[in-house]
Amino acid sequence: MIIEQITFYIFAVITVVSGVMVIGSRNPVHSVLFLILAFFNSAGLFILMGAEFIAMILVIVYVGAVAVLFLFVVMMLHVDFTKLRAGFTRYLPIGGAIGVILLAELILVLTTGVTDFELPTSITAATPSPDEVSNTEALGNLLYTEYAYLFQIAGFILLIAMVGAIVLTHKKRNEVKKQVIFDQVNRDPQKAVTLQKIQPREGGSWKSD
Amino acid sequence: MEIGLAHYLTIAAILFTLGVFGIFLNRKNVIIILMAIELMLLAVNINLVAFSTYLGDMIGQIFAMLVLTVAAAEAAIGLAILVVYFRNRGTIDVEDVNAMKG
Repeated sequence: MIIEQITFYIFAVITVVSGVMVIGSRNPVHSVLFLILAFFNSAGLFILMGAEFIAMILVIVYVGAVAVLFLFVVMMLHVDFTKLRAGFTRYLPIGGAIGVILLAELILVLTTGVTDFELPTSITAATPSPDEVSNTEALGNLLYTEYAYLFQIAGFILLIAMVGAIVLTHKKRNEVKKQVIFDQVNRDPQKAVTLQKIQPREGGSWKSD
Repeated sequence: MEIGLAHYLTIAAILFTLGVFGIFLNRKNVIIILMAIELMLLAVNINLVAFSTYLGDMIGQIFAMLVLTVAAAEAAIGLAILVVYFRNRGTIDVEDVNAMKG
């Protein structure tokens, strides 16, 4: 039991501290790296909660794709980031006030009312015992049967995001010569070759239509 | 003290507040704003999985996966818009965005 508490507090403290560093660090590259640290430690929290599959997906999707995408964009754009921090102190009071109020409200709700919740008694899909069915298998059993539509919608969201990102960032460049399939297929052999009668010692005269 | 639901919800609440705070703090830098949104979505995921574990109901984890998908799509589209914006204007200062109207 004590091991679980120590692990929880380590993961929780590192997650919160790296969250603070994400929004507070001067260099955006450091922000992305702290974001990766926050994701890794919350994956640890998910494992503590017994959701191993979500934890692994979090590491793969967030660290492997999203954070690398952020890093790529931060390094690709040549931006003077010091200029962008100009309003940092100006927004500190209003942002701090809103943050403190929101956090106080959330903590108040949690500490005073969480045990008085009318928690739902009807369980939609009960978690099977981890000794018999692993977390991944249980999720798969639900996701591919009862929640297949939700799975399909998730796939469509990703497809639309992919199409959107490509359409937005694709740039047509005129200086590059590319193959135009339409023109190639439309070429007429009757017009492509012309026969010319060449008079001796006069040479051909090229007539283009 | 036993680690229970309230502990995880507190962590999620702190992370969500950090996300909101980060949006207010870095008003000019869109990249940090997008990262703050990712933090908020992470907090939502922690909430979903915590309740899923507490109630013994798998639905929370399935919805956490949907939130994860939406977060990935949102990051991709947001960064694509950011790249186009930077290409057109040479800056990522969002306080100039109102010049785009019309």
